[in-house]
Amino acid sequence: MLLEVQDVTKSYPGTETAVLRGVSLTLDAGGMLALTGESGSGKSTLLHLIGGLDTADGGRVCIDGTDLTPLDDSGRAALRRGTVGVIFQQFNLIPSLTVAGNIAFQARLAGRHDPARDANLAARLGLDDHLQKYPEQLSGGQQQRVAIARTLAAGPKLVLADEPTGNLDESSSDAVMALLQELVAETGAGLILVTHSERLAARLPRRLHLRAGRLT
Amino acid sequence: MNRVILSALLSHWRRNPLQLITLLAGLALATALWSGVQAINAEARASYDAAAATLGEGRYAQITARDGGAISHDTYVALRRAGWAVSPVIEGRIDGVRLIGLEPLTAPGGLGPVRAGGGADLGAFLSGKGQIFARADTLARLPDLEAEPVTAPDVAPNTALTDIGVAQRLLDRPGQIDRLIVLPDQPLTQPPLEQVAPDLICSAPQAGGDVARLTDSFHLNLTAFGLLSFAVGLFIVQGAIGLAFEQRRPMVRTLRALGVPLRRLIVLMAVELALLALIAGGIGVALGYVIAAALLPDVAATLRGLYGANLSGQLNLRPVWWLSGLGIALGGTALAASGALWSLARMPLLSGAQPRALMMARSGGGQAAVATLLLLVAAGLALWGEGLLAGFAMLGALLIGGALVLPPVLGLVLRWAERPARSATAEWFWADTRQQVPGLSLALMALLLAMAANVGVSTMVSSFRLTFTGFLDQRLASELYVRVEDAAQAEVIREVARDHADALLPLLSTERQVAGLPVEIYGARDHATYRDNWQFLYAVPDPWERLARGEGVLINEQMFRRAGLELGSAVTIAPGTRLPVLGIYGDYGNPIGQVIATEPLFRDLYPEVTALRFGLRSDPGQVPALRAALTDAGIPQAAITDQAALKRMSLAVFERTFTVTTALNVLTLAVAGFAILMSLLTLAAMRLPQLAPVWALGLTRRSLARLDLLRAVVLAALTAALALPLGLALAWALLAVVNVEAFGWRLPMYLFPLDYLRLTGLALLAAALAASWPAWRLSRTPPAQLLGVFRNER
Amino acid sequence: MNVKTLFLLLFLPAQAMSQGFAGLGTTADGFATPQPGRALDFPADHGPHPAYRIEWWYLTANMTGHDGTPYGLQWTLFRSALAPRDGEGWDTPQLWMGHAAMTTPEAHHVAERLARGGIGQAGVEPAPFQAWIDDWAMQGPDFDTLTLTASGADFAYDVDLTATGPLVLHGQNGYSVKSAAGQASYYYSQPFYDLTGTLTLPEGDVTVTGQAWLDREWSSQPLAEDQQGWDWFSLSFDSGDKLMGFVLRGASDFTAGTWITAAGATTALPDGAFSATPLAWHEVAGREVPVEWQVRLPEQGLDATVTAINPDAWMTTSVPYWEGPVTISGSHTGTGYLEMTGYDE
Repeated sequence: MLLEVQDVTKSYPGTETAVLRGVSLTLDAGGMLALTGESGSGKSTLLHLIGGLDTADGGRVCIDGTDLTPLDDSGRAALRRGTVGVIFQQFNLIPSLTVAGNIAFQARLAGRHDPARDANLAARLGLDDHLQKYPEQLSGGQQQRVAIARTLAAGPKLVLADEPTGNLDESSSDAVMALLQELVAETGAGLILVTHSERLAARLPRRLHLRAGRLT
Repeated sequence: MNRVILSALLSHWRRNPLQLITLLAGLALATALWSGVQAINAEARASYDAAAATLGEGRYAQITARDGGAISHDTYVALRRAGWAVSPVIEGRIDGVRLIGLEPLTAPGGLGPVRAGGGADLGAFLSGKGQIFARADTLARLPDLEAEPVTAPDVAPNTALTDIGVAQRLLDRPGQIDRLIVLPDQPLTQPPLEQVAPDLICSAPQAGGDVARLTDSFHLNLTAFGLLSFAVGLFIVQGAIGLAFEQRRPMVRTLRALGVPLRRLIVLMAVELALLALIAGGIGVALGYVIAAALLPDVAATLRGLYGANLSGQLNLRPVWWLSGLGIALGGTALAASGALWSLARMPLLSGAQPRALMMARSGGGQAAVATLLLLVAAGLALWGEGLLAGFAMLGALLIGGALVLPPVLGLVLRWAERPARSATAEWFWADTRQQVPGLSLALMALLLAMAANVGVSTMVSSFRLTFTGFLDQRLASELYVRVEDAAQAEVIREVARDHADALLPLLSTERQVAGLPVEIYGARDHATYRDNWQFLYAVPDPWERLARGEGVLINEQMFRRAGLELGSAVTIAPGTRLPVLGIYGDYGNPIGQVIATEPLFRDLYPEVTALRFGLRSDPGQVPALRAALTDAGIPQAAITDQAALKRMSLAVFERTFTVTTALNVLTLAVAGFAILMSLLTLAAMRLPQLAPVWALGLTRRSLARLDLLRAVVLAALTAALALPLGLALAWALLAVVNVEAFGWRLPMYLFPLDYLRLTGLALLAAALAASWPAWRLSRTPPAQLLGVFRNER
Repeated sequence: MNVKTLFLLLFLPAQAMSQGFAGLGTTADGFATPQPGRALDFPADHGPHPAYRIEWWYLTANMTGHDGTPYGLQWTLFRSALAPRDGEGWDTPQLWMGHAAMTTPEAHHVAERLARGGIGQAGVEPAPFQAWIDDWAMQGPDFDTLTLTASGADFAYDVDLTATGPLVLHGQNGYSVKSAAGQASYYYSQPFYDLTGTLTLPEGDVTVTGQAWLDREWSSQPLAEDQQGWDWFSLSFDSGDKLMGFVLRGASDFTAGTWITAAGATTALPDGAFSATPLAWHEVAGREVPVEWQVRLPEQGLDATVTAINPDAWMTTSVPYWEGPVTISGSHTGTGYLEMTGYDE
């Protein structure tokens, strides 16, 4: 079992209703699922809990046999470096590093940088001509490809994608999604895709829907 | 992992060199200001120390000829052979350089070419052509002499040391000795001096001395200025570092999301900042050195003229400045960064990525409360605090409180200004200005502190000067002063004075205990000299007339403060003689108390005291004739001092002080102006969305730029208006609190409105200059960029 | 430049710190060197010899107060020339240094004076004899009748000396060899002074009587380069005989000395005849110094222990050394003086 989420709850101070009200799900190694729901349904929050970006109020998140609940900041940081890769809607590239620098960055952080893999990913994602450019010189679609390359270059066991194409137009959105799916499948990693787009969700074999903090 | 993170952190600077320059420049300027002032102070102190160590002046008792002339070798040898441990010194000038000839075998340890390096060769010093030890700059001023020049940085400035034999040859005074230093250790058996050499007199070592105390006071002023400039610098550092953190918030968030642990990130950022602080500190110290080197000739001239203290016009780079400068840069950075790092540590990982539109916006209410509290503390300390520490704490509370109160006050003033605005442009202008205040607040606080410091220091220095000149006028009113050895000589003076002088003022004094304190009691003759020249801190009407009638006494400020006396308090100056205090006069530089009684009363009370010092009043044109008459009557030249000439020179050179303070004024304002420039440049990008709609609604880029310039000047003017009272409070604290605690006398405070006006003008100029470049850039902003705001493509 | 450095420099014009005690082992450029066979000429040779680099007038005395307390005093005038010439005024290369000390069993008082020659502050005249530096003086109508005065910050003395025997010439008629390599000095003594006088101590004046020994020596290079210091003994036995003996410590020790009978007849002692071995060491001024010695001279049947009266008799002068009175026990008894140099920290 790659991922096991058990009865997770989460609420934010100052809000009356909990964001997550007892969510449970599992994902096998290499499994892919789409997480859909309305804005505010808690799908991003769930993703952040799984990615170790935030901590749950109750319940348990296990990744690859590791329980995230007792981990401190540096433990969760280590998880983000090595096991889980997050692809954000805002790309979150480092603006002062070149495309090549950004792609290599997380792998170097995790201590398993492989230039050959970088080159392969860059070629597959069509970034070959842009390696020495800075993120601000790229279009949105290109920036997201850099973010995907960065995540996959570190060789995560689980890829979490939070509206990865939310800032892209439809055509580049489809192209990026197709590449993401293909590359994740090749690495054998699991994938959880958070999206509000039915069309994108339909691309994945499994689909969960969140409504008002519960899976339906 | 550290290298990866660090390289990512540093890559930010590579891509944003202007931000790096802002940070480095802010730090470097703050350090420069601090270390420059410190360098001047340290150099001045080191020069005094070197002078004292080299010359031993004041440290040792000295023997001189009664007639002020030379002492012969025979007399010297006779004294040595009688068991007097004395060492001969000859002194003269060669091309303005003071040449001192010493006898190294008999000179006290530590005197002579002290620490002249282990390589000193006594044989070369003593025999043959000899050697001359001096600082490099002094050696350069000397003509080509036969003796071998040796560079020795620890010799007093403008002084050259050599063997007495060499000095006698160079000065062409063979066989002559000017004075004998009396060593502290004398043999057990020794005949009295009169018996061996009746023509010589021995003068006791000088005890500390008035000059040192006045000089200390001047240095305290400079040190205070150094602290103030550091406070200004700290604000700039705070601004620069706050900005650097603000700009990198998104990157920090990304790094954390990618799995960089928070603690490691903070440690690495601290390391990065420390590295930058070291670099900036190094640049700053070097800059400070340049500042100090440029100012030092003036400071040297000031001190030389003021106190006759010989200060080198040349600066030696001392390791301690490097260390203290770097320490200040690191410390200031740490202080400024701790807040930023703290907020970074508390920043939620998932907070919005967009930069906060108004960086560093503090909660206005909280800040106002803290400011009010600090100002109350300052007021409390002023009213009830005691001791030097309380004085400095008060200064600190006043400064920080004053700075913190600025943004809320500006907000209030601008809101009030907005109300009567009629035109849409005016209304927008005031509202927009108010919106800029949080972003500019740190820079404006720096400007406020710079101005306040300048107002404070100008007031202090000018007050110091006025007081001191007044004091000189009062104390050196007579044209000539003569010191005599005995009553017979005093009689000679009286006769000469009858024929050649307008008045003879005997200076009668005796030391007594009064009100439990050791004081000097003076007898003053009833004469216009005193009435015309003396100023009182507090006095009853017609104090001199009442003094002459024997109705009371005058006391100095030290006595007034230490004995807790007041006008009208009765003091017992002799058994059975109890008189009220008629006046209290300032007595700067004097460590002990004084009482002045009228001459007849003094003579009644202390008939055994004869006057051995006299002031002679005369028409200034008649002074040479009077001098000649005195010399003809057998009074040695050495006993006559032309104090008036001395005073004129002192006062002329005091003007130099102003060169220094003006230069420092301009510098601090320039630093504050730089802070404004950097803040405006940073704001410029963020402001585009606010300006674009106004532009779209019909204001040209030129008029927008003009308004921006105007805004900077308006904000500077408002800041200046607040800085003035703060600066005056500062000056008051320095003169009336710190000086009293440190030296026991209070300097009266004078106001100099013209100076303040000039300073305000300079501040406005600095602000306008700082705003002009961003404004110019605004006027040149391509319309496409403004339009881009609407496409939300940022 | 402090006095210590100054004095070191004074005796070390050629950076010869490591070469022998106080640089006495340096080569003597331009200075005269002692030659064997030169007859000493008195009173002229009581006066200074400016052509030689160093010279001294060195008096030590063992004295007794009326209560039997032993006292020692030292009065030394050193001459040192920076160049082998005389001269008037400040120009002269002749420098003078005086050391005075007074030793009681409990205390050791030291004073030092430095002076330039040429101006009259210090000097020596052979006849009538006068040697002085500042207010210190050793003077009299002739060399046999002298008064001696000195004062420091905490002591003073004023004593009269009367010679009861002849001058004693060491080595070959005053030519005294100081190393196997042949370094030498001119060296004679007057060991037969009777002394009476007054010592001024911090506690008050003390009237004393005793015996004094004056050494005269001049040279330009008395030590070999490897010689680090010396241990010098002047011993007066109760029998009336006297012994001057010294050990020059170097790569191999060099000893020499003179046996002086009560009548003043001398026997020069060749290298190795006289021996001195440390028996006990004492820490003074941060160094270990031998303060008890076994002294042997087999040909005179001498095998005695020499013990310092005050082991702390350290001379805190520019160049520090140990100098103090001693008592003798064993085959012979008596008193004397011991000088030890070159004991480094």
